[in-house]
Formats: sequence, C-alpha cells, structure tokens
Amino acid sequence: MATVGENPATVEAVSISFSVNGRKVTVTSSPAQRLTRVLREDLGLTGTKVGCDAGDCGACTVLLDGEPVCACLVSAAQVAGCEVTTVEGLQEWEVGKRLQHSFLSHGAAQCGACTPGMLVAATALLEKNQSPSEAEVLNAIGGVLCRCTGYRKIISAVREAGSKDDATVTVQAKAGTAVGQRLVRLDGQRKIDGTEIFGDDEAPAGALVLRVIRSPYHRARFEFGDLAEFVRTNPGVHAVFTAKDVPGRNCYGVIPPFADQPVFAEKEARFRGEAVAAVVGDAAVMDALDLSKFPIAWEELVPLKEIDAALAPDAPLVHPNREGNVLVRGRVVRGDVDQALATAEIIAEAEYETGFVEHAYIEPEAGFARRVGDQIEIQACTQSPYMDRSDIAAILGIAPERVRIIPTAVGGGFGSKLDLSVQPFLALAAWHLGQPVRMLYSRTESMISTTKRHPSRMRLRGGCTREGKMVGLDFVADFNTGAYSSWGPTVAARVPVHASGPYFVPHYRALTRAVHTHLVPAGAFRGFGVPQAAIAQEQLYDELADRAGVDRLEFRILNALDDQTPTVTGQVLGAGVGIRACLEALRPKWQAARRQVAELNAGASRPLRRGVGVAGMWYGCGNTSLPNPSTIRIGLKRNGRIALHQGAVDIGQGSNTIVTQICADALGAPMERFDLVSGDTAITPDCGKTSASRQTFVTGKAAQMAGTQLRAAILKLADACECGIIQLEEGAVTASEKEGQSRRVELGSMPLDEHGYVITAEATFDPPTSPLDENGQGNPYAVFGFGAHMAEIEVDTELGTVRVLKVTAAHDVGRAINPTLIEGQIEGGVAQGLGMALMEEFFPGRGENLHDYLIPSAGDVPPVESILIEDPSPIGPFGAKGIGEQAVIPTAPAILNALHDAVGVRLPRIPATPDRVRAAILKKNAGGPRG
Amino acid sequence: MYTRPKTLEEAVAILADGEAQVLSGGTDFYPALGDRPVRTPIVDVSRLDELRGVSTEKDWIRIGGLTTWSEVIRASLARCFDALKSAAREVGSVQIQNRGTVAGNLCNASPAADGVPPLLALDAEVELVARSGRRRMPLAEFIVGNRKTQRRADELLAAVLVPRKIEDAASAFLKLGARRYLVISISMVAAVVQIGRSGQVEEARVAVGSCSAVARRLTSLERELAGAPGRGGLGELVRSEHLTELSPIDDVRATAEYRADASLTLVRRALNACVGKN
Repeated sequence: MATVGENPATVEAVSISFSVNGRKVTVTSSPAQRLTRVLREDLGLTGTKVGCDAGDCGACTVLLDGEPVCACLVSAAQVAGCEVTTVEGLQEWEVGKRLQHSFLSHGAAQCGACTPGMLVAATALLEKNQSPSEAEVLNAIGGVLCRCTGYRKIISAVREAGSKDDATVTVQAKAGTAVGQRLVRLDGQRKIDGTEIFGDDEAPAGALVLRVIRSPYHRARFEFGDLAEFVRTNPGVHAVFTAKDVPGRNCYGVIPPFADQPVFAEKEARFRGEAVAAVVGDAAVMDALDLSKFPIAWEELVPLKEIDAALAPDAPLVHPNREGNVLVRGRVVRGDVDQALATAEIIAEAEYETGFVEHAYIEPEAGFARRVGDQIEIQACTQSPYMDRSDIAAILGIAPERVRIIPTAVGGGFGSKLDLSVQPFLALAAWHLGQPVRMLYSRTESMISTTKRHPSRMRLRGGCTREGKMVGLDFVADFNTGAYSSWGPTVAARVPVHASGPYFVPHYRALTRAVHTHLVPAGAFRGFGVPQAAIAQEQLYDELADRAGVDRLEFRILNALDDQTPTVTGQVLGAGVGIRACLEALRPKWQAARRQVAELNAGASRPLRRGVGVAGMWYGCGNTSLPNPSTIRIGLKRNGRIALHQGAVDIGQGSNTIVTQICADALGAPMERFDLVSGDTAITPDCGKTSASRQTFVTGKAAQMAGTQLRAAILKLADACECGIIQLEEGAVTASEKEGQSRRVELGSMPLDEHGYVITAEATFDPPTSPLDENGQGNPYAVFGFGAHMAEIEVDTELGTVRVLKVTAAHDVGRAINPTLIEGQIEGGVAQGLGMALMEEFFPGRGENLHDYLIPSAGDVPPVESILIEDPSPIGPFGAKGIGEQAVIPTAPAILNALHDAVGVRLPRIPATPDRVRAAILKKNAGGPRG
Repeated sequence: MYTRPKTLEEAVAILADGEAQVLSGGTDFYPALGDRPVRTPIVDVSRLDELRGVSTEKDWIRIGGLTTWSEVIRASLARCFDALKSAAREVGSVQIQNRGTVAGNLCNASPAADGVPPLLALDAEVELVARSGRRRMPLAEFIVGNRKTQRRADELLAAVLVPRKIEDAASAFLKLGARRYLVISISMVAAVVQIGRSGQVEEARVAVGSCSAVARRLTSLERELAGAPGRGGLGELVRSEHLTELSPIDDVRATAEYRADASLTLVRRALNACVGKN
C-alpha cells in the first residue's frame, strides 16, 4: 500500500441556481458536471438513478422545464434558471400522484431501479394526454429500460392511472387470509416515491472514493511502476492497494472448495476487466483523476477464448491445478441410452450454441464500507449477505463475526449479485485507511467484470417410439466458465439433472463440463444453465414430435412426468407434479393458435409469416443435493407488534412481501402488525442466498414454522388453547377461544429476552434432499416448479426480423402466495427469455455498454397471459413452489420453436438476430441442408 | 474552462483558437466522455437561440443547428420532410430527441446517425460559421468519414439548409434494428420521390445509412428510377447492383452480407411507401 497525507485538489466550480420540485436551490458545482451528480450528491435527491451515464437506460429521466430528459446528459450549467422535476416531486403533480398509486396497485415496480425514470417519463405523457393508447405509452417509456417487469404491468399502470376504480391501493388482508391475495408489495411505497436506498444512495459524509485499475487485455502479465510516486504526485489520492495489501487470503469464490478468484491479480490478469489495483482518494479528486496515467506496464499474452482452444491438449492452463482447463464435470446416467437409441424407431439429433448473456440489471454494483473499531461494515447491493460475510472475513483474515454486511435494496440481481463485486475493494480500503470508502461501478465496469450466463455448446440425440413415447436422450454439453469458478460447478451439476425437461425419459445420459478460458467469469444467471439446456432439448423434442407425426403439444403431454414416474435421477416426487396440468391448460389456446397461423400463412405471398411454438420446463428449487437452510426469527414486541427478521434479500422479486404473507397467516395476525427487519448480518439470521428460486420455498417455509411457533407461544402465554385466535393490539395481545372466552395479556412490562422481545420464535428449514451417486441418481431437490410457454410470433422473411405477438405462460406454482408478484416474475422472465432468444449476446471486448448490448425495450415485449396452476407441494409453505427461474426457461425455446413453425429453420446458434434468421431462410430456400 | 455564450459572435470568438469542444444537447458528448474527466475547454452553445428552430426562406428551408429532434417533429414542414420527421422519431428515445440537436447529429458523424440519410436525400447543405466567416457546403461533402467531418475546430455548424425544389415530393424513412426503441440501426433508408404530371418519376433520391462509413446516396439507382412509372411496384426496379456504392461491414449488430441484403429490401419498401402515398 502506498499512502500519503491529505492534499485537497482544486476543482473549478461555479454557483448555479435553479428550481427543483418547486424549490429554489443554488449549488456550487463544476458547470460540466452531469445533472445526475448534482441532484444526487449536492442536493441529496437520490431518487434519480444512475444506470449507464450514456442515455442508454433512461433510469435518470427527469423533467427539464416539463420535458423528459436523461439527467446524465445534461450539464449543471444548462439547468441554470430552469425547473427540474424528479421522482421526489411527482406527488406535487396530480397525474404524478395518481401514477405512483397506479404503479403500486398494478405491481409495476419490482426492483425499483427503473421506476423513478419510468414514473417521470410517463408523467410527462399523462400531463398532455390523460388516456393514452398503448402505442403512445410505449413511445413515452421506450427510452427507459426495465430488466425485471417485462414492462406489461408498467404499461397497464400508465394507461389506467386515471381510472376512478383505482382509488384504493392498499388491500389489507384480515388475519389469516394474506396468502393468495394480490397484496401491494410492502416495500412498494419506497420504490415509487424515490426513497428506497440502493447501493449508491447512501454513504457517510466525506467518504473517500475508490476506483479500480483493471486489465485491458483478456490475458496479460503486468508490472507496477512507482506506486508511492503516483500517490505523492496526485494530491488528494490517499492510497493505492494491490494484492500485497490483502491481509488474509487473496482468494474468494461462492463455492468454497472451488474458490480461486483473487481480489487483485498478482502477476497475470486472466480476463479483460480483472482488478489489479485500487486507487482511493477524496471524492472530488477521484472524479477528476485520469486513470490512464496509473503506473503499470502490461504485456499482452495470447488468451484462450473458445472452449475448443481451452480443451486442446497443448493449451496453457488457466489455473495450474485444473487439468485440461476443466473446472468440473457433471453426470447423470440412467438406463442404457446407447441401446435405447440404437433400437429407437425415431431419432433426432442436433447441436446448439449459445453465447454470454449479460444480466443488465439497471443498478450497477455500488456500496460503501467503514471500519468500526475492530469490525468492518459493508453496505452494498447483494443477493447473499452471509456468503459475502464469509469471504470478506477470509480476505481480511478476521473472524466472520467481525464483518457486518448490510444489504441495501438491490436494483436487479438475477444471479450476478451473488458474487462479490465492490465489497472486497471497499472492505480492504476502509480497513487499512480507517475512513469510510465508497464506490459505484460504471456500466462498462459492471459489464466487463461481473459474471455472465455461461456460453454453451450442446450436442444431443434423442429417440422415441412411432407413437411419440420418449425412449432415450443422450446429452453432452460444454460450458465456457471463463477465468474463475464462480458458479461453474453449479451449472455443470444442475444441467444434467434438468436436461431431460419435465418428461419421463427411461434411458438417459447427460455429461457436462465447465471449461476455463481467459474470459469474464460465467456464473449464476436465472436458471444456472437450464435455460440453455432447454433451448436444445425443447427444440429436439419438436423435431421428434414432427418425425413421429404427433402434435408438438400432445407429444409433451404424452411424455409429461407425473407423481409416480421417476425423474432422470430416479426421484419419484409423489405429489405436486403439475407439468401435465400446465400443458393441458395451453391445449385450447394452442389449437386455436395453430388454426390461426395456418389461415394467415395459407396462400400468402407476403413477406410476413406467423408461427406458434411451445416449450415445457421444470426446475428444482434450492441447492442441488446440498444443504441450504434458512432461519427466520420473529419477535413479539412490547408494543404488540411483530418484528420479522427477514434475511431473504428482496431483489425485486418480492420476498419481503411473500415471506411476511406466509408468516402472518401462520401466526394468525394481519400483516400490518409486522415490522420488517432487514437482512443485516448483525441482527438477522441467515436466510441463505436469493437464488435457485428458493426464497418462497425455503425461507417461506422457515417463516411458516416460526410463525406457527410464535403463535403457540403466545397462546401459551395467554393460557389459551391451541385453537385460540390471536389479536395483537397496542401494547397487548388477546387470545380468544371458541367459547367466547378471551384473555388479554399486557405486554408493556413483560421481561425481554436476549433478542429484546417478549417472546422470540426462531425456525430453520433445510429442504430434504439426498446426495447424488456416481451416476447422478438420488433426490437432488425436495420441490420442483413446472411450467410451459406458448409463443406466437411473426417473422419478416425478407428482413429476418422476429416479432413476438403474445406469450401464454402456464406455471405450476404449488400455491400462488401473491398472484400479482408471480405474474411479475413470469412477465419479467418472458422478457429475459425473449432477449436471450432474439437479441442478447455479450462479446467480451466489444460493445460493453447498453447500446451495443441490447436488452428488450418496452416495444419488444408482447402481452403475456399467465395461467397459474396450483398443484401443491406437500412440503412447501402452504404448498408453494419457486417461480423466479422457472419463468425464464421455456420462453426462448418456445420462440425458437415458433420460428421453425413459421419459416422452417432452426438456428445452430442463438440469439436469432435478424442476420442469422435471414441467412437461415436464404439457405433453406436455396435447398441447402436443414438450417 | 466552461463558457456559455449567448450570441453566435461570442461563441465563435471563444472557438477561434480551436481548442474548445462544443457541447449542446450532450447526447454524444457525455457518452463519449464516460467516466474520464473533462480535459478541454468547453463551449456550451445551448443558449444560442439564434441557431434554434426552423424558418422558411425564399429558396431554402433553414433548420437551425440547435434545433432538437423533438422540435423537428413538431415543426410544420412540407411533405418531403416526412422522412426526416420519421427519422427524428427514431433518434434514441424521447429523452434523446428532447436534447439531441440536428447539428450534433451531423457533426458527431456516426455512420448510423439517423438524421443523415433523410437530409442527404433532401440535398441538404450545411452552414458553418467561424469568426473568420461563413461557408456552405453540401452535407454529402461535409461528412467525410466515420466520425470525421470538414468542420474546423473554430467553426460551428449553424444551420442545415434544404432547397425548396421538390417540397411536395413523397418521402419515407425506414430504420432496421434488433429492438424497437433505443437502437442503433443495422441499416436505414430514406427515399424522396417526386412524381411528375404524367405520373412518372421526375426525381427519386435514395440514401442508405449504417452501410458505409458515411451514409450514401444510391446515384445509379436514382438515375434509373427517373422516368419510371410512379406507382406501386416502383421498388421492384431495385436490384442488388444498385447498392454497390455501399460498403457494409460486420459488427456486433449484423454481418456485412446481411446489411447489403436487408438494405435492398428496405430500399424497395421505402420507394414503394413513397409511391403508395401518391
């Protein structure tokens, strides 16, 4: 570490006066400063979000003299004398207030990072036009990207903002009736009024700012120059940190046995974007610091970028201890697939490739750290506070109890915020300097350095009988896992378990490898490899159905798993297998869509062709054959309210609300008696990570158990029978029995336990699974979610463009705890699946921004009809299963199957961009081999 | 140094030493800046109201350089500007249209600048002002390469001038991208078609963007279209040879081969859209 004393830099600043939300303000700022920074840093109006600093995402939309603009593109000087309206000022506008209300009641805000921009952009529209058409709404909000909602609830919220019947928002459920109701999310108000605190929305006054020096090459050796001299010659820079400054282990990773990622590379950077050093200094100085002057000499080395290159016998090893660059292998084998396919009446085979997919949450990684005595506190956006705690403790070489992780609201995660990002840098700097340190990733930094969906290459061969009964599937897949392990082992393990789809396949072999290259680490992204596998498998099943002459939907119904048929790991679920119900729910819609497509395509010489496709899905909730407990603590307070320590990080999916609904009904008390306590590791037990669609199921179950326990304890306290009804009042609790007897217990003077509650109940749930044997046989998950999507599309055959017209999504969710939130997950999953199918591929080193990397905009996501099937899980809370990842899996294969239905081509590589689709159509028309 | 002059005269005086960067709507300036600090003097021209808005002169329509795309959309303009208005609606998003200016779009000189094909098809000229004087040149000469123009560092692009020759001509603009909003085009086409009294094409102009370093007019096609029957099916006269003036490349958005192929379709459709409106 190189450090130096303070030496404040001078910045050219001027006084600028303007009006914000009707209030006159004067700031002292550099005139070229972006308005976003002025609003957030100088005026504390953190409701305006920074997503890209390039006008690509619209999260920072504000009104400038009534017109929507991206505040990141407006200079401070340009607002002099103007009126600026931010999300914080919308309640002063009649239409703004109504719109905020409408967003709440429609469930239009999920993570909330795009919400301020959406609200502001839509308010500008509604000021001029109180009953806009859908097209007008799309034009108004098309400049704001959302990664969570799939836009449909936003569009409805805007269109219906003025309607009178929207007057009541808060549906308050009576005691014991919360589960199953469309309750407004508990954290909704904060998300629509701009007060929600995300990673970059809070930092101690005077916090130093940290910036990271990263490798510009995929693979390079490096030598530092004179770091002390760099610090000395840059007044206001306090320190530079490198690998030498890591007091504990310069290594972390989400799966401890595979941990391999350094905080800072030591001699060689293994991917473009890898951190090698951090510079910390005064905020103003760090803003103006030219990092291109940082003293470092790079020697570029030849990188391994492709799976084949990494597997070549003479390939250099990315990690010396990983032979052949194989991180891990996965295997599930059942029956004799070779024999089954040799004798199968109908065979189909295929090879598919997919690329990196970027999570593209609207909130880039951000947070701050401070040292408090011998403890370190990190407040940042994260999906996994306790895992962060363990890794930070190891990095600093201190006990985990001395690390406190305070999760902020998360502006979208989708798996990537399970891994560490800003945390180790911040912790290290704050630890050494004894001063608070903050940082916010730039969009490019976020894209180049954080995990991606695994690129895949999948080869598969399947067989069925003439009647369409599956006899076998042989599946081989390699995943490009990039430079570090991250969740590569999970992807390699999960895919073989799922690659059959939700069908009975008696003879099965699925072999996978996660292969290291010198590219950005691939990690967790909604589905852990299963979406890729479903793209291959569901397209192959369509081919088999066609060859067997069986209707594609009926083929799936014929092969659907049921309660008693074994899965490919030999698991018999016994109950709660709702795949057939999902497929059957689609049947009338499928038949109607098929007829419509046939009519529209018949005899038409026009360039537009319609198609309809279907795909099924299953997905195991929670870790694969590994423990993944959640612990919920609830306490009865003296004031008669309930403290719910809810550690399941709500990344927009709604766990704050869902877990409370479950707990409230288990306790038998209304939700408004609950006070939520966040997932701060100092005060809330571990609810595990928000991933693998486990929070409703695992944490929800723990909440149900804890609620039941507390109920029993309260009844006991009131000396009431087990069937008593609890009534929580101010400072008291009353238990009533059927005979009309009731006992009231005053809580105000009751003794408090170690947690500070009159009564505390704590429950842990760990789903029962069993280890998989050498052939992958066993019970990997206690609960699976099932679903099927149908996509209706239109292809412009001359341009190769694909427009998705409608997606119908049937999901077996066991029990819909909150149907609005579930629809939100489904619509958002559809949007991400659509993006994966049609437009999304990340190329490391090219297009590391949100205008080259495209995610669906409001105009790309079609109406989504959700059909909720409730085939209860015997073990889930109130029968509930997960939905987060389930929702994304079937969309892409359904669209790709619809593409084949429309124009008869299958693409060996997705996304199905216009150029690829057009090339495939031309090839087919030229009579070439099948697509 | 950051200055915010109120008059053109002041602005060009500050620009005279050729050191300063010009800032107006910021829609290209800030994305290019990224997280680097500002190192050059900035002349913020956004208060030069004399460069804002659309006015009608005897032989020209004058579009002030500072006119935003939203202002273009709202302006009352003759029919031949329909393509330009369509393009304006496709610039980024409403937020970008509210800030981004016509001059900025031209001076930034992206091969995918939405404003360039329709203005090329309108035979637009640009007016450059420096302390040392004014000069004018055709837009087709002004942009010389990818992000390269003839603007000297001491000049401002004060206005775009469109000759009032074929104001009642039909025009169309088609943009092809991989998503609906906020998209950089794979290809885009602007067409202006003037039909004579006899029902034949008197003049056709076609410009294609994103398929060469600078958007190009398809001159051989334009020559061939002159005199053709101005009715439905005009587009069918377009053949791939007409697009040889383009030099598309492979990039993250599409292959070169696809760009050529799709542009052919877009040119046909744009022409058909023009005659369909007659």
